[in-house]
Amino acid sequence: MNDLSHLKTTPLTEWHVANGGKMVEYAGYRMPVQYAGTLAEHECVRERVGLFDITHMGEILVTGSGAADWLESLVTNRVRKIDPGKVVYNAMCREDGGVLDDMLVYRLADEEWMVVCNAANHEKIVGWMKSKLPAEGVVMNDVSFETALIAIQGPSAGTLIRRLAQLEGCIADLDGLEFYHAFCHDGGAGRWIVSRTGYTGEHGYELYLPNGDALAVWEELLEKGADLGVQPIGLAARDTLRFEVCYCLYGHELGEDRTPLEAGIGWAVKLKKKIGFVGQEALVAQKAAGVPRRIICIEMDGRGIARQDAPVLCGGNPVGMVTSGTFSPTLKKALALALVDSGLPEEPLAIEIRGKSVECHETTFPFLSARTKGDPLAER
Amino acid sequence: MVPDDRKYTQEHEWVQVDGDIGTFGVTDHAAGELGDIVFVELPGVGDEFSQGDTVGTIESVKAVADLFLPVSGEIVEINEAAVDSPEMVNSGPLDDGWLVKVKLSDPSEIENLLDAQAYQDLLGG
Repeated sequence: MNDLSHLKTTPLTEWHVANGGKMVEYAGYRMPVQYAGTLAEHECVRERVGLFDITHMGEILVTGSGAADWLESLVTNRVRKIDPGKVVYNAMCREDGGVLDDMLVYRLADEEWMVVCNAANHEKIVGWMKSKLPAEGVVMNDVSFETALIAIQGPSAGTLIRRLAQLEGCIADLDGLEFYHAFCHDGGAGRWIVSRTGYTGEHGYELYLPNGDALAVWEELLEKGADLGVQPIGLAARDTLRFEVCYCLYGHELGEDRTPLEAGIGWAVKLKKKIGFVGQEALVAQKAAGVPRRIICIEMDGRGIARQDAPVLCGGNPVGMVTSGTFSPTLKKALALALVDSGLPEEPLAIEIRGKSVECHETTFPFLSARTKGDPLAER
Repeated sequence: MVPDDRKYTQEHEWVQVDGDIGTFGVTDHAAGELGDIVFVELPGVGDEFSQGDTVGTIESVKAVADLFLPVSGEIVEINEAAVDSPEMVNSGPLDDGWLVKVKLSDPSEIENLLDAQAYQDLLGG
């Protein structure tokens, strides 16, 4: 057994260990990769409701009169004029258009914003933002280590969240909460942010909580959701769930060596924004010249599961590589996402799996349609 | 669960010998560590291998594991049911979830494998 004791923990780590969570290192955290089994957990979210501890995500508050314009200059999507309570999916790029991270940007109040980034990129993003911070008018406050994050995802998520005692007075807010919107609530140990977002393609919520509230809320959700079949869900099922609906994952579809246009999130890049953003010139030039690579959806015809970095061949020639690949628990097929050259010739596709060329074909995006009405991640 | 009617390897595989035929599979521990097994790739009947050769792979949703044949010989039977229903390897790795049968070319190789007690010790008691 690897020693995980030096890793960062969440307020729920002890609960995971005590309740059969198989713990692994993930982005410097000790996190549960599975409990009952990945396939059962995956099905639980697609058919019922599951709980995820995603406290490892980074939360950075940005406040001040200059916050709106400053954030607009750092991210690819339009965030400056959104209403308080709105959430927008974004990429943050380098000057050359390479993706530093993908992230959610929340407008919490007129002059208060929250950036939610990946755990693996948290230090990098905080450093990048600090290096771009203006002398006045904007204050950055990294609250990642005091903020817990619990995702409630699945068809019964709405029923379950309404049973939380803390949200008893918020039923009207929940009823009116549209996808990619959030509201703040004065909770037990401090402010809660109730967000109708997720990374599974199902209806669901993400609850940002002070660390001190996390364990009680987690246990309350499990207890009050017992009749709904609620289960804790590990990182492995989080990955298969997002994969089926083709949501990008940093380190797989996204990385610094490619642009958001190549990675298939061009819909979150607004090249005509009035306030220029870091990477804009490079992205405008790439679009004008033609985007050289793209992400495609692949279904295996031969036997085998393509994994990340497996070479993709077209007519026998290397044309790219697999970014994510697994056996889809819902569709019961071996599927893959791959970054390949644009304008491939009409020749047979194959993926090299452990030295063997295995036939496959391009299929339509996404593998599985998200069931979150108005889901911006599902638009293309 | 480490029955003493067979031999084991450091790679968490087992071989049970009956005459000159060895039945090969993975242990409970291996199946549990891999998680839900969704793909099994096995060699063809008649293929010949030397001790330690890779004869196939088993894959879970998250991971891939190579199968190292711990004995030399010719494949005389493969478990088609496990290929069609890989979850059998999770539910019964020591019985219904066996993988291949080998005609041993050097039965003395069996002596080098771990007995149940040694394998139990490897697992940490």
